[in-house]
Amino acid sequence: MWLARLDTKASPYLYIAPFFVIFAIFGAYPLGYTFWVSLHDWDLLAADHPFVGFDNYSKLLGDGDFWNSVLNTLGIFVISTVPQLLLALWLAHLLNRQLRARTSFRMSILIPNITSTAAVAIVFGQLFSREFGMINWALDLIGIDAIDWRNNKIGSWVAISTMVDWRWTGYNALIFLAAMQSIPKDLYESAAIDGANPVRQFWSITVPMLRPTIIFCVIISTIGGLQLFTEPLLFNSGPNPIRGGPLRESQTMTMYMFENAFAPHFNFGYGSAIAWMLFALIVVISLINVLVIRRLGNSTRKEG
Amino acid sequence: MGVNSRRRLVTATAAAVTVLAAATGCGGDDAADDGTITLTVDVFGQFGYEELYKQYEADNPGIKIVERGTGTNLDEYSPKLTQWLAAGKGAGDIVAIEEGLLVEYKANPQNFVNLLEHGAAELEGNFMQWKWDQALTADGSQLIGLGTDVGGMAMCYRTDLFEAAGLPTDRDEVSALWPTWDDYITVGEQFAAKNTGASFLDAATNTFNTIVLQTAGAADGYHYYDLENNLVVDTNPAVKQAWDITMDIIDSNLSGKYGAWSDEWVSAFKQAKFATIACPAWMTGVIEGNAGPEAAGKWDIAQVPGDGGNWGGSHLAVPAQSEHPEEAAKLLKFLTSPEGHIAAFEAKGPLPSSPQALEDPAITESTNAYFSDAPIGQIFGEGALSLKPVYMGPKNQAVRTEVENAVRTVELGQRTAETGWADAVNNAKTAAEK
Repeated sequence: MWLARLDTKASPYLYIAPFFVIFAIFGAYPLGYTFWVSLHDWDLLAADHPFVGFDNYSKLLGDGDFWNSVLNTLGIFVISTVPQLLLALWLAHLLNRQLRARTSFRMSILIPNITSTAAVAIVFGQLFSREFGMINWALDLIGIDAIDWRNNKIGSWVAISTMVDWRWTGYNALIFLAAMQSIPKDLYESAAIDGANPVRQFWSITVPMLRPTIIFCVIISTIGGLQLFTEPLLFNSGPNPIRGGPLRESQTMTMYMFENAFAPHFNFGYGSAIAWMLFALIVVISLINVLVIRRLGNSTRKEG
Repeated sequence: MGVNSRRRLVTATAAAVTVLAAATGCGGDDAADDGTITLTVDVFGQFGYEELYKQYEADNPGIKIVERGTGTNLDEYSPKLTQWLAAGKGAGDIVAIEEGLLVEYKANPQNFVNLLEHGAAELEGNFMQWKWDQALTADGSQLIGLGTDVGGMAMCYRTDLFEAAGLPTDRDEVSALWPTWDDYITVGEQFAAKNTGASFLDAATNTFNTIVLQTAGAADGYHYYDLENNLVVDTNPAVKQAWDITMDIIDSNLSGKYGAWSDEWVSAFKQAKFATIACPAWMTGVIEGNAGPEAAGKWDIAQVPGDGGNWGGSHLAVPAQSEHPEEAAKLLKFLTSPEGHIAAFEAKGPLPSSPQALEDPAITESTNAYFSDAPIGQIFGEGALSLKPVYMGPKNQAVRTEVENAVRTVELGQRTAETGWADAVNNAKTAAEK
């Protein structure tokens, strides 16, 4: 009798326990340990790691290179994510129609996503090469001077954003498409009877109904975008690519973290402090995004 | 394209090997049931020890040698080594350490076995004195490593481009063209006037490195740090002098501005886009790899303008975490013996740091077919015996990165010579404090 009661009460917790146990080991513990490290002067090789409290954080706040990496990360994030999500939404809308060979079209937009990031970065790195690159060659044809993509702040942001977009637009489009298909068809039918044209239907039915999905995609893109590492690292080939160009044109926060925690500084405490700042930034930006999108959705609905 | 993909492949392979090694139990107990001991050697680039391993295994039954990391870039190797040392696990029984990083590792000698306790003291005469001293702790009580190669300097050039520009192609005549760096610029201007479609040099940073090691070697024997480990980037005349010469080279507009080690730099080798490159002994292997077999015989080696100097070179050390320090030290002594130096040079070209090896006919009479049969043993070896080493301070690598980077910003026109110098000094100071 009591066993049965225990079963109904405890079993659900046991079923979900594996995730939380694994999260505690591989998620929460490293997070806490990183914070612990960030409170120390932690030379990777030294035997002693003296406690310094919040010194690393206060140093970080006055570190111009750190703020430069924050600016770069946000810049690349905005240039890549905004067009990417809009494009994905539009693509999903197109794919939601009656097309011939619909499934193969739907599957093929995911192809960029399954290519390796390294391959993408290397190919795009060649395309955006100053001297031997195809983009500058094409610009030259229409009479525009060659752009030194790597050593120009906005140029490098654009080049890196292109790689990110190329890889992730299809992925987001598929998620949008899945959500679009769950919107009841009769909504569109009654809207059509009421005389709403396709554009009006899109903004007044599709977008509001997709709001939870859009929020999901925005948060996932925020986390991915703010942790950008491989693309800018491989884009900046040469000595110390971790700097992201001679004037740190495209150095993201994760690259700056890596530069400090490993070669050439081996300052693990400082690197950990950057990791925590990145974590805080992701939380803040995600919250802002959610608030903005909620607001947007509400206003459309009211106007509608 | 090649560099990055190759680099990744190498990392992936190295990671796989590490995992495999751990899975098969090398991490726990290296002694197999039959008493065989496996010694792991971690290297980067090309050390050329393959034949030596075979010989050692044959002479020492019960020892098996595994090398990891051949072909890996130093950029990639050094963070890994640091992580292994910090974790107290994962490093090989013998590890290679580049001279610029040795100073940082030397600051924490507890991570390494003291080779003086393994009979290394009597080997002092086998190494150039400065090479020996480099691996000795400040109080002289611990020896971290024994020397492998040094980086004697020269100037490599493309004979086909020189011919196209109407310049002499014979290596002695070319050497005579540029006793000083000013002469080098003059030759460069003659070259540029002929519009061959190629630049005179690859990148100002490579040239700067060569010059700063020369000026520092010729003056007080230190560059970024003085012998008391004070950062002297802004006050050491040798650094400013090298900076100024480099600025003249940049002003003369002779550089192709290919960021050294970048993909574009590699492409530029392939497409014959520059005519000269400052080349320490180990750079010959890099040139051959980048320019490819189709450029064989089109390269040659001349004297470097200015004084001799040293750029690069490594040591071998035994990490304290090794489970077989006794056996590892014995193998290390074998690899760094004069015979070991000669065998490595014959295999892959790293220039010995052992005077006995440098005087051996196997080296003095050697030539390199790729570089138009240039007598490399003679060109590099002569300078090596007389070269004046440069002392490296605790944060040498980080400081060097900042100064080189400032050179690059001026070369790209992002900074003037004055603001670039201010950046170099300020950023070097920040880096030194991290």
